[in-house]
Amino acid sequence: MDGITLLTFFVLAVVIGFEVVSQVSTTLHTPLMSGANAIHGVILVGAIVVTGRTTNVFTLILGLLAVILATVNMVGGFVVTDRMLEMFKGRAPKTAPAKKREDS
Amino acid sequence: MNLLSPAATALIYLVAAICFIIALKGLSAPGTARRGNLIGAAGAVVAVLVAFFSANLSNVPWIVLAIAVGTLVAVPTARRVAMTAMPQLVALFNGVGGGAAALVAGLELTDSAHGSGAIAAIAAAAGAFTVLVGTVSFSGSVVTYAKLQELMTTRPVTFPGGQYVFGASLVAAVALAVSAVVVGANGGSNGLLLGVLALVSLAVGILFVLPVGGADVPIVISLLNAFTGLTVAASGYVLSNTLLLVAGTLVGASGTILTRLMAAAMGRSITSILFGAFKPSTMVAAGSGGDRPVRSGSPEDVAILLGYARKVIIVPGYGLAVAQAQHTIRELADLLEARDIEVLYGIHPVAGRMPGHMNVLLAEANVPYEVLKEMDEVNPEFKTADVALVVGANDVVNPAAKTTPGAPIYGMPIMEVDDAQQVVFLKRSMRPGFAGIENELLYEPKTMLLFGDAKESLSKVVASVKSL
Repeated sequence: MDGITLLTFFVLAVVIGFEVVSQVSTTLHTPLMSGANAIHGVILVGAIVVTGRTTNVFTLILGLLAVILATVNMVGGFVVTDRMLEMFKGRAPKTAPAKKREDS
Repeated sequence: MNLLSPAATALIYLVAAICFIIALKGLSAPGTARRGNLIGAAGAVVAVLVAFFSANLSNVPWIVLAIAVGTLVAVPTARRVAMTAMPQLVALFNGVGGGAAALVAGLELTDSAHGSGAIAAIAAAAGAFTVLVGTVSFSGSVVTYAKLQELMTTRPVTFPGGQYVFGASLVAAVALAVSAVVVGANGGSNGLLLGVLALVSLAVGILFVLPVGGADVPIVISLLNAFTGLTVAASGYVLSNTLLLVAGTLVGASGTILTRLMAAAMGRSITSILFGAFKPSTMVAAGSGGDRPVRSGSPEDVAILLGYARKVIIVPGYGLAVAQAQHTIRELADLLEARDIEVLYGIHPVAGRMPGHMNVLLAEANVPYEVLKEMDEVNPEFKTADVALVVGANDVVNPAAKTTPGAPIYGMPIMEVDDAQQVVFLKRSMRPGFAGIENELLYEPKTMLLFGDAKESLSKVVASVKSL
């Protein structure tokens, strides 16, 4: 991958990353952080590739360790986020723009 | 298993990246949050499957076994964790992710050739960055876990010259990283250097988080989360994997914004959180004499106060969640409403241990969302409230945040319960809150304290209100 393509990817991803979370209410800070945490568990892809290419036993062992850690990050992250969010089910519309909530 | 062409792989990775963007977007709004998370999970699963079919991999049975082990560890842990313990679990998941990224980049650099010259130098730099920051994220997250789980003190841990030790270890880590880059750029083997770098970085991570005070720990989790995102992006560069690059950058960017939003919700700046404890504290326990008189009441006293009020505002805190008293507080609120008393809940943005945590905890107890008021909305209400009932909260109602410059929480927006006619605290003891500072409000004449476990105390108050 050449440097300019890479820089393009990087900058676009930074802009999107800033943009998508800039309007979030405090109610959702915790689930959002947890969800973002799960997303970087995709390092599992890298762990699989590195481990799948090696012929060296030492690398294999450390690579498998990386696979286990990355799986815990990814799977655990999505599951715990889902658990948090399932509690918001059904009441969700009320929370919408936090400051404009109506009395009831 | 070489079934997919590089172009097909790249296209599917693009789909996965879009899934992650939709996931983050969805997670920013309550109505779409759960679906967003599931879309993110779907994207991750697709990406992992594609990884198996995109290259001719060996050791596949071992890899599948390792994924099975990871899943078997993660799912029950995530399913069973008490909602109160969730922030530290997220910290731990983040830490292992950082550790995995450090391992991936380190192994990739030592195991395969990356050419020479500028390309090798950039790859070596990205790899060294990943090893350094990934390991810092790992050890730092373990320390935040220990703090939140109260395996160690939640106070800032400082020692004489602490900032110099931290600085020295950071300089050593950077120097090691630079030498690893130089060696790598010249096509040499830098495995040993990266190993030493990882060890030094472990120390950097620990020293980085130790001086952070209890109440600020959640913000550090968010910051380390952004760090891990950046390491994943850098390892994506080392591996020439666009998905890792994009996903990691997304998390790094959104995590940075989120950290700033969280810090703003607590009225703190990120530098003062990270380095505040290094500076000599100007205010230490002004008037924190242990023997000053407080007015403690019986459950009956509290019941009378509440039962004959016109307007009551409940301010729940972490202690309420720990005691699992959400259902009891709801029972009390229902009883009061039956007596034509107006009952509101005031939720501080950082009630609980993390922004939004209390909303999750009360939602778990089926407290209707409509009666939960955010701080800005409820603060003007205290002036007309007869009783503010503070259950298991302390720091978020501490007037020191407004009146005492130099207090660790100075500047944090608080629930202005001191504006209410009477304040009732349900507390386990006089022990200060998570931030470790004295609350002057406890000694005010208009304050009444009811000591004990929040759930037991509330049950007694409920019984007394019934017999009024």
